Parts: sequence; C-alpha cells; structure tokens
Amino acid sequence: MAYDDTSQTEDPASGGGAEGQLDPLMVAERWMLDGRAVAVATVIETWGSAPRPVGSHLVIDGMGNFSGSVSGGCVEGAVIAEATDVIASGAPKMLEFGVADETAWRVGLSCGGRIQVYLERVG
Amino acid sequence: MDPQLLTTLNAARRNRQAAVLVTELEGGNARLVMRSESVAGDLGAAIGKTFLTGKSGVVEADGERFFLNVHLPSPRMVIIGAVHISQALAPMAAMTGFDVKVIDPRTAFATQDRFANVDLVADWPEDALRDRPLDAFTALVAVTHDPKIDDWPLISALQTQAFYVGALGSRKTHAKRVERLMQAGLSQGQIARIAAPIGLDIGAQSPEEIAVAILAQTIAALRKPEDTGGA
Repeated sequence: MAYDDTSQTEDPASGGGAEGQLDPLMVAERWMLDGRAVAVATVIETWGSAPRPVGSHLVIDGMGNFSGSVSGGCVEGAVIAEATDVIASGAPKMLEFGVADETAWRVGLSCGGRIQVYLERVG
Repeated sequence: MDPQLLTTLNAARRNRQAAVLVTELEGGNARLVMRSESVAGDLGAAIGKTFLTGKSGVVEADGERFFLNVHLPSPRMVIIGAVHISQALAPMAAMTGFDVKVIDPRTAFATQDRFANVDLVADWPEDALRDRPLDAFTALVAVTHDPKIDDWPLISALQTQAFYVGALGSRKTHAKRVERLMQAGLSQGQIARIAAPIGLDIGAQSPEEIAVAILAQTIAALRKPEDTGGA
C-alpha cells in the first residue's frame, strides 16, 4: 500500500468502461430509468460492404434523440423515423436497406452494401 | 425487449461476464444465456459456437429463426508506466473501447493531475494487479524502461496469455530483457510474443505518435490475431 498522497486511486469496483462514453445499450437503460420511451435498433444481417458489423445498436427515445449507429450515417434518419411507430405500437419491425432498393436515392447505403435492422421497443 | 432483460444484460456486461442475447425473430421473445448455461438442441450448439467465435448472427434452429447477439467482455489495456506516452495512450485506448488501467509505483509520475479521468494506481504492478490479474482479454503495455517495474508484469502477461504484450526499449535494451526473462524460466516462444521495439513501424517520433503506433498494434493483435501471433 504505497499510495502516498495521490488522492484516492482505489478501483471503482463497478468495472465498466470509460466514463462519459456510455455505449448505446447503457444509454438505453439510463433513458428507461429516466422514464423515457426507448426503441433499440440492431443490425442483424449484412451483405457486401456494410459499414457497421452485425450486433451494432442504435437507440432512440420518444423525442427522436439517438445514440449509436447502424450504418455510416446513411440510414439512421430512416430508422429514427420508424422508431416513432414502433414506440407507439410496441410491435417490432424488420427494416432493410441497400442500394438495390427503390428508396436508394433517399436512404441507400453509399458503400453498396445491404443491411437488415431489427427495431423493437423496450417495455 | 423486456426492460428487465436490458438491465440484466447490462449488469453482465459491467461484470465482464460473457452472454448471448437470443431473440426469436418471429415472435420477438428474447432471453439471455450466460456462458455457464447449457441450452439443448441445435440452438444450444449455435449458441456455444457464438461464444467461441464472438460473431453475432441469425441462425435457423428447431424450425425457427433466432438472432444471437454475443457480448464478450471488452478488452482491457494495462499500461505499466505513467509516462508521457501513457498520457496520450490511455485516453485514446479508452476511446477505442479498452478498459484502461495505468500502473506506476513512482508517485512523481502517477499523479491524478497528469492522468485526469484515468484509472491510475500508484503502486507496484504485483500489488496493483492482485485483485484483477491479467488474462487473455488483456493487452499489457510496459513503458517504464525500468526492469524492476516492467519485468514482473511482462512475465505475468506472457504466462496468462495476454493477447498483446509490448515493451518499450531499444534493441539493445530488449536483448538484455530477453536474457533476464530466459533466466526467469520463460521459453523462447513465449518471449518472442513480446512486441519490441513496441508499436507498428510508422516512423513515430513524438510520445503521441508512439501512442498511436502502440494502439494500432494492439488493435491488430485483437482483430487479426492470426497475422500477429509470434511476430
């Protein structure tokens, strides 16, 4: 115990990652505890050069605040818009995005990949 | 998703326990499977494989489609030496997802002023790591230049198969280190795993650039272990 006077350097027994940089699921939990409606979007399949790996999360609250990502920023807007419906209805949705879509000009993946996103409400 | 499930999953992640979130894609039902649990059938086999590979994905099992999202503990980086390089390396490594701890028994170096918001321990590595020893999910970066401080954690990291072991020092310094580690009973194969000189060869000069070189090498060891083993 050669601590000297370098203040309390004891381990915060909580473990956990870097403070102030909560990952999306931690953010979702905090929002939930604050009483906010929350939806979780998860990348469940990718084809071609998808920017974010399977398992990546974007979380959205009832006001449209969001944290995390499911792509390089190309389709987040569309997912956030869908989240409003999912939060209202409580029914999960499967979303698909890719350059081959008719909607490509709106929310396509510029990298040429295709992704499937599962969107569900917490609670 | 059940709120309780989110809470349980996050608790497991905070405690560095491996878990798979299993979601039934038709009905939306989900449950959490811990590594110690056994699940029957094809689904159980798929879950077991997911724990090993660390890769999430959709599987078909027992006539249904499931999404398996695997959560393995985040990698740790233990930095021996509260030196200038560490001041740059600690926040950058935290930013890229490592749980970072800096250890240095020299209290002139290990001050909270120099390491704001960093988990810093002003103690000998032997003591600082007693409660949470090194493991295969840990990278060990030894940058004090002082054998009295660096050697024990280097030996410990090689014995516990830390996924990255790097040590600062010239080729001459490292040659002497190799001799000492041989005398300590480590095999040549084990010693060859030490990245020395430390860091990818990007011509780094400043402490900050050296920190980038070390972090890049650590990420390569984590993401492409097949390319970096024994290098």
